[in-house]
Amino acid sequence: MVTLGISREQILEWLGRIADPEIPVLTITDLGIVRGVTVGDDVVVELTPTYSGCPATEVIEQSVIDTLHEHGIESVRIERVLSPPWTTDWISPEGRDKLRDYGIAPPAEGGSKRELLHGAHAIACPRCTSTNTAVVSEFGSTACKASYKCNDCLEPFEYFKCL
Amino acid sequence: MNRDDALLAYVLRLGDNALILSQRMIEFVAAYPELEEELANANFALDYIGQARMFYTYAGELEGNGRNEDDLAFLREEREFRNVLLLEQPNGHFGDAIARLVLFEHFYLLQLQALADCSDSRIVGIAARAEKELRYHVRHNAQWLVRLGDGTGESHERAQASIDELWRFTGEMFAPDEVDNVFEAEFDGPDLARLKDAWHANLAALLDEATLEMPEDAWMASGGKEGRHSEHLGYMLAEMQYLQRMYPGADW
Repeated sequence: MVTLGISREQILEWLGRIADPEIPVLTITDLGIVRGVTVGDDVVVELTPTYSGCPATEVIEQSVIDTLHEHGIESVRIERVLSPPWTTDWISPEGRDKLRDYGIAPPAEGGSKRELLHGAHAIACPRCTSTNTAVVSEFGSTACKASYKCNDCLEPFEYFKCL
Repeated sequence: MNRDDALLAYVLRLGDNALILSQRMIEFVAAYPELEEELANANFALDYIGQARMFYTYAGELEGNGRNEDDLAFLREEREFRNVLLLEQPNGHFGDAIARLVLFEHFYLLQLQALADCSDSRIVGIAARAEKELRYHVRHNAQWLVRLGDGTGESHERAQASIDELWRFTGEMFAPDEVDNVFEAEFDGPDLARLKDAWHANLAALLDEATLEMPEDAWMASGGKEGRHSEHLGYMLAEMQYLQRMYPGADW
């Protein structure tokens, strides 16, 4: 059996090197979309979609299969787990730091709380940390981001919306 | 009707509503008056496509004939679609599009919230995801209705006309038939009478803020849930399904 002797931890480490196709500074483990890895006769990776219509979903699934194939694991199965739905709260603390360094304001925590969806929350500028910021557009280059500007350093930036 | 048939029929209706609305929204891509709305519309349409795909995949599995999401979207005929009539009506102008979204999404959000507590775990998963997406839609589109209704004299008049014109298509969403009743009884599904009360109350508050009048309930069009559609759906499908029918099995 090909998978014999490969630990779950090893597989998770490999998965932790796969970049999100839309926000390449984040890995899929930073995003919190790897829900489980089971090593048996084959390797089963449980993934959860972010937004229902996120076009990255299939790309990520294929990346997982390709990565494990490169490491000699031939029998890989992807299972999509829908429940409970992904929330931005599952983005890891390292993932949040990476987003900020990349120039994207990380999502406010507690995204499952209704009031945060209603925008009564100050978003800090990822460059100068000022909270004197304003929304330019609630929609941005991908479904998960909004466009903001900083009133102090005057830089535009993207905000990863709470979900 | 047994519970398996009701489940399949119910999931197909959910998928058809999401697909047909998304197709109408896509017709507006690149035609919006400003960039923010362009992005909002495209992102919202994408949410619906994603939801349609999940419902269709599930419907295909329930049906057990090997049909996948593409088969269900692109190779069924008009009479096999089960979306409500409201969603296949032509886009009209921007105010019409906003009015349609407000009327439907206030219903759909409540429906998803109820489905997130039903006894079918697959539907629960899709509904819980979609419900959070819909909250953004409802908030955004409600703001637009208020801006139009409480805007200029002309925007007020046209927004009122849009609501009045589409009102006759709202009854179908709340009129339970056998599928709704069996699904409610067997899977702890939505109680449409309760949904209608909540919808009516939420909409009354919004229309009031928008300085618009809520129309009186009168004759209501129906038939979409049983596959009897207005003339508009056939034209939509002809465009949407053209490629898959001209080039069967087309892939990339």
